[in-house]
Amino acid sequence: MVLECKHVWDHISGYLDGALDAAVLEQVQKHLEHCEICSAILDSTRNILVLTADDRVYELPLGYSERLHARLEEELSGLKPAKKPTS
Amino acid sequence: MKEATELRDEQQMIASILAGESHLFHELIRPYERSVYMMALSFLKSEADAEDAAQEAFLKAYRNLSSFRGEAKFGTWVISITLNEARSRLRRMKAVPMESLDEPPDEEGHVSPALLRDWREIPSESLERREMRHVLQEAIAALPAIYREIFLLRDVEELSIAEAAEVLQITPASVKVRLHRARMMLQKSLAPQLKQMNSKRRWFPWS
Repeated sequence: MVLECKHVWDHISGYLDGALDAAVLEQVQKHLEHCEICSAILDSTRNILVLTADDRVYELPLGYSERLHARLEEELSGLKPAKKPTS
Repeated sequence: MKEATELRDEQQMIASILAGESHLFHELIRPYERSVYMMALSFLKSEADAEDAAQEAFLKAYRNLSSFRGEAKFGTWVISITLNEARSRLRRMKAVPMESLDEPPDEEGHVSPALLRDWREIPSESLERREMRHVLQEAIAALPAIYREIFLLRDVEELSIAEAAEVLQITPASVKVRLHRARMMLQKSLAPQLKQMNSKRRWFPWS
């Protein structure tokens, strides 16, 4: 069976996660071998995932960690974590 | 997310904190500071609100530490608390148009990707450029909430499908469907922009 492009697109995410069934995987791979468009979609999606997974996309505000631990310290020095509810 | 030994250490740390060594909480949360801030930011958009929500989420985690069940990972639990905190803040922000947390009606529909002939048109290593980071943040922020959160949990925070399902209280099958749509939406919105940015490069040798 030959897959059409738009059916291949449905499997791009599963393909990237290595989660496709063997039979589907084989069909998708066959299609990718000769389809430039779908190969480009697959590879561009993969590149976008590489880019967005980079820590530099989201930078923490300057001093975030210090302020967080300072606020926690206020709480920690005043209170112990609550015991299990008694009522 | 974590190695088995680190998990054991975490559980021991939690036991010690509950037994009175509260200062260990500082150490316990260090690996999650970034994730919690990011998840909050993805909902609240403003850095100040996100920071405040992140602090609140960690405080809630501390106050409720005794109700943490060891069978979940601490990181997953803290992220759930963060999501709840961010969502309830969003609801309270009356002045800001509400973003629906429900599934858009076209959940089952197809997302057509952007067509391009050469994947090399999409750069994978030019994040030093502020402009590029901005484009990525905007594209993620523009996703409907249910797709944004699954994308961040899976592809940025690298939670497993089971962990993401637990945090979001949805089935693993829904995780897969939503993740697929999120990725395709990003490919569709980002591919044309990145392609254009990449082609500008040769004219700007410093970028």
